[in-house]
Amino acid sequence: MNPPSNVAPESPLEPRPSVPAASARTLPFYWSLRRELWENRFLYLAPLVVAAVVLIGFAVNVIHSAGRAGTPLALHLPNDPTPIEQPYAIAAVLLILTGLLAGGFYCLDALYGERRDRSILFWRSLPVSDLTTILSKASVALVVLPLVIFAIIVATHLAMLLLHTAVLLASGAGLAALRIHTPLAELWVALLYGLAALALWHAPICGWLLLVSAWARRAVFLWASLPLLAICIAEKVAFNTSRFAFFLGYRFWGGLARAFGTARPCCVPHPLATLTPGNLLSTPGLWIGLAVAAIFLAAAVRMRRYRGPI
Amino acid sequence: MACIEARGLRKAFGETVALDGVNLRLEEGRILGLIGPNGAGKTTALHAILGLVPYEGELKVLGRNPWTERDRLMRDVAFIADIAVLPRWFRVSQALDYVAGVHPRFDRVKAEAFLEKTAVRRTSKVRELSKGMQAQLHLALVMAIDAALLVLDEPTLGLDIAYRKNFYDSLLSDYLDRSRTILLTTHHVEEIQYVITDLTFINVGRIALSCTMEEFDSRYRELTVNPGNLHAARELRPIHERQVFGRDILLFDGVDPARLAAHGDVRTPGIADLFVAVMDRSAGEARGAAE
Repeated sequence: MNPPSNVAPESPLEPRPSVPAASARTLPFYWSLRRELWENRFLYLAPLVVAAVVLIGFAVNVIHSAGRAGTPLALHLPNDPTPIEQPYAIAAVLLILTGLLAGGFYCLDALYGERRDRSILFWRSLPVSDLTTILSKASVALVVLPLVIFAIIVATHLAMLLLHTAVLLASGAGLAALRIHTPLAELWVALLYGLAALALWHAPICGWLLLVSAWARRAVFLWASLPLLAICIAEKVAFNTSRFAFFLGYRFWGGLARAFGTARPCCVPHPLATLTPGNLLSTPGLWIGLAVAAIFLAAAVRMRRYRGPI
Repeated sequence: MACIEARGLRKAFGETVALDGVNLRLEEGRILGLIGPNGAGKTTALHAILGLVPYEGELKVLGRNPWTERDRLMRDVAFIADIAVLPRWFRVSQALDYVAGVHPRFDRVKAEAFLEKTAVRRTSKVRELSKGMQAQLHLALVMAIDAALLVLDEPTLGLDIAYRKNFYDSLLSDYLDRSRTILLTTHHVEEIQYVITDLTFINVGRIALSCTMEEFDSRYRELTVNPGNLHAARELRPIHERQVFGRDILLFDGVDPARLAAHGDVRTPGIADLFVAVMDRSAGEARGAAE
């Protein structure tokens, strides 16, 4: 046997701690979440960039309008709060859309990327089950990402509020003009509720994207979208109806319609009054969607077991 | 209890039969070299053992079914299935954090001690490391896992000689440090001759030869035949013949070295020599069967 020539004799490995190794505390799910965020930094960078752009635009707008025609912001009547709050609502909507896009692309790549770069062989060499992996990826899309978006929206709103205050004070309008008639705290609760409703409503979409990501050997986006488009077209040609297209649209946006009444939570005096959780929870589509999501995720777990590197 | 026990292991990908009734038994504490040409079924066999592919036949690894009990098995098995599989975005410190966070048998201190001896910096990303450094990082992670079974598929592929030598030295020193079973495949057969305790040749999905290195050393002799003695030497039924610089070299299985010495120079062959002989023979048998 060759003596190990270039291994230091005073190997720091000795004395090897005779750890009853199995007792070491491990948190596979927690670390799986962290690793997703290490790998997919765009999940928070993209909304941060959007927030920065919104803030810059807002700053220009506020300063511009403050400088023009005296203090137009202060001229609004107390019972017409819309123009003051509209930018807040726009920021929230833009950030939510960014989150939806980022989440979609994240799901599409989540189980495809690891097969394409062969790193699945590394991940699967560790005692993290396929179930833990899939659940962590779904949780990133459905729990972590909405929370990140929520935090960024709140931070953006606060920054806008500061900016607003500063400009109003500087222009001599006084803070009275800033009596925003939508309590922001209530708006945020409504936002959090809306994000949760969206996540629940979109769970089957997330499941579908993860399943395609685990299955497809290439062109994941096409595999995820073209079959649905094909069904729409086939239905249109065969029956001249658009039920499937309507169903897809309902799956995208129907959740919000169920979660809120006819009014929108922004730009009203009492955002919380617009919440209709009973309506949402009594919608069969929600529960059917969650069941379908569970089926898709279970299929993705099974698929990952059989699929090797591409 | 055998560490790995396979009986009638079979795996087909469509029409292609990758494993065709493999029987394999590896006792605890041994180092098995699984040698075969490309497409022989080595990687498929390892993937079956690691629960990465479903298979037919009987297979027990550490007493468990690797396909149905994979999650549990992975706590006791460490493997490098391919050297270039560390995700490129991984930072070295993140890799250490992650493996420490998910593996109950990972010894972070040990992994860091491994890395101390390399040029791999804690802040580097995998994509910034050279191929050799990536291999060192992967090795550091895997070797710091106190696994009962270590499986290495071509762990030195594409690495330079100095690194490969270093690799097997540290593998040995680590192995001697503790009692665990190692299963490895490589094309650089000559490098593992003094590393392994057991040798298995696999060809077209079947085990072509299986022996311990003690058996290998005592059974096989290579005779460089003195000019004029070829006919007499052939009487002793060599299993293979080749010519080097005009001299005949005959390989014998289980022939008394004293009898061979009368016809030329006798030495223990290299694994590569036996490998070529066994592959030629099985190719010949295949031709014979076809005719």
